[in-house]
This record gives sequence, C-alpha cells and structure tokens, in this order.
Amino acid sequence: MSVSGGRRARPQGGGFELAVWYLMRLTGLALFVLALSHFMITHVLYDPAEQTAEWILTERWANVAIRTVDWLMLSAVTFHAFMGVRTIVGDYTRGGLRTLITMALYLAGFVVFAMGTFALVSVPNVLPR
Amino acid sequence: MFLFRYRGGEGMLAWAFHRISGLAIWVFILLHVFDIWLASVNPVLYDELLVVYASAPGRVGEALLGAALLFHALNGLRIIIIDFWPSLSRYHRLIWRLNWIVFFLVGLPVAWIILRPIWEGVPQ
Repeated sequence: MSVSGGRRARPQGGGFELAVWYLMRLTGLALFVLALSHFMITHVLYDPAEQTAEWILTERWANVAIRTVDWLMLSAVTFHAFMGVRTIVGDYTRGGLRTLITMALYLAGFVVFAMGTFALVSVPNVLPR
Repeated sequence: MFLFRYRGGEGMLAWAFHRISGLAIWVFILLHVFDIWLASVNPVLYDELLVVYASAPGRVGEALLGAALLFHALNGLRIIIIDFWPSLSRYHRLIWRLNWIVFFLVGLPVAWIILRPIWEGVPQ
C-alpha cells in the first residue's frame, strides 16, 4: 500500500509483533500531545536561554505533577524511538547482525530510560512545596 | 538511494520523510536524555551545554528539530487514520496536503520565535 507511507502492514497472527504494532500507535498518539506540548513549552512559552539547571530543578521540577508527566513522556518516547529504529534496522540488516544490533538497541533503550528516570527522581526537595 | 526506491508519489515521500525525521529525533533523544541527566548530576556542565543550545547554530538546530518533530507527528497521525479507517485512504492526497498546510501554518511562526533571538538578542 503506497498510499499511507511509513505504514507497516498490521502483523498477522498476533503475538509480540502485533503488540508492538499497536503500542507504536498508542505511544505515537500519546507523544503527539506530550512531545509537541513539551516542545512548545520549552521553545515558545520559554526560551532555552532561561532554562538553566537550577531553574529546572527548583522551579519546573518542583511540581511533582510535571515530573510525572515528564516521566510518562520518557516512557513513551523510549519505547517509540527505540522500537522505531529497530524497524529500520530490521529493514536493512538480517541474520546475526540484525540480532546483535537489536539487542544493542534494547540495552541502549534501557540505559536511556534509566538515566532519564534517575534525573527525574533524584531532584532535591521531592515533596511539593 | 535506498530511501527513495519505494514505489513513488506521496506515499514514498511520506515514508522516506517519516524515517529520516524519526531517526533524527531518535539521535536528539539520546542527546536530550543525556543533557537532562547531566542537569541532575552536574548542573554547571549542563549550563555550559545550554549556552550551545541557545547559540545561533543551536537555534537553527532546534528549528530543524521542531520541523522533524512536527512532520513526524502530523504524518504519524495520518498513518494512524489510514490504518484504523482504511476507507479514508480515498482521501489520502487531501490528508497529505492538509498535513503540509498545518505543518507550515504552525511551523513557520514557531521557527520565527525560536530564531528571533539570533538577530534581536537573547531574551532575559
């Protein structure tokens, strides 16, 4: 089907690949709201120049609700980005190389998720003021 | 090129752009999670990186990132629409054009806001 482009045919027979297919769309929809609003807040409402580490840690992330939303965004984007790259790798590699790169992607995805989670939960003054 | 070998027309362009923008966003996500991790473990170093983000080349990069993000989001929505309501693929050309109209209507003002400090000075 050339009409939709970027679209993968829905995997047949259920299982892991079908779950990934649905989750790519679900996280994509979530990121449509979360990532676009995040970009608008950090680049239109605010300017990058004013968002110093101190400001992020003591102002923006003083709000636990904002940190919760940021963590949901981190979860969605880690899955969506790494599974998306996995699709690309699957298209251009095969055999042992594909397995190797895919496993490296899963590992890197876990590291990214852990680093982002660490940043979010290690903020001093965890209780809302 | 392998990216443009796939049939032709809007579908192929959408597919290639979706892939290129997705890959670009993935690279930025790696950098972005690293920088926000840096903000928590070494705020001084983060602020030094922030100077790069807020510089003129940094802003051009952010505008390009925003373009990739906006295209990927709009085209992704189009993919979801066609996937779950296949009958709407009758209107795929219209949906594809609507994508670009929204892309420029939203994208151009946002790009202007991001790039403006390059010639007007950094807002403080």
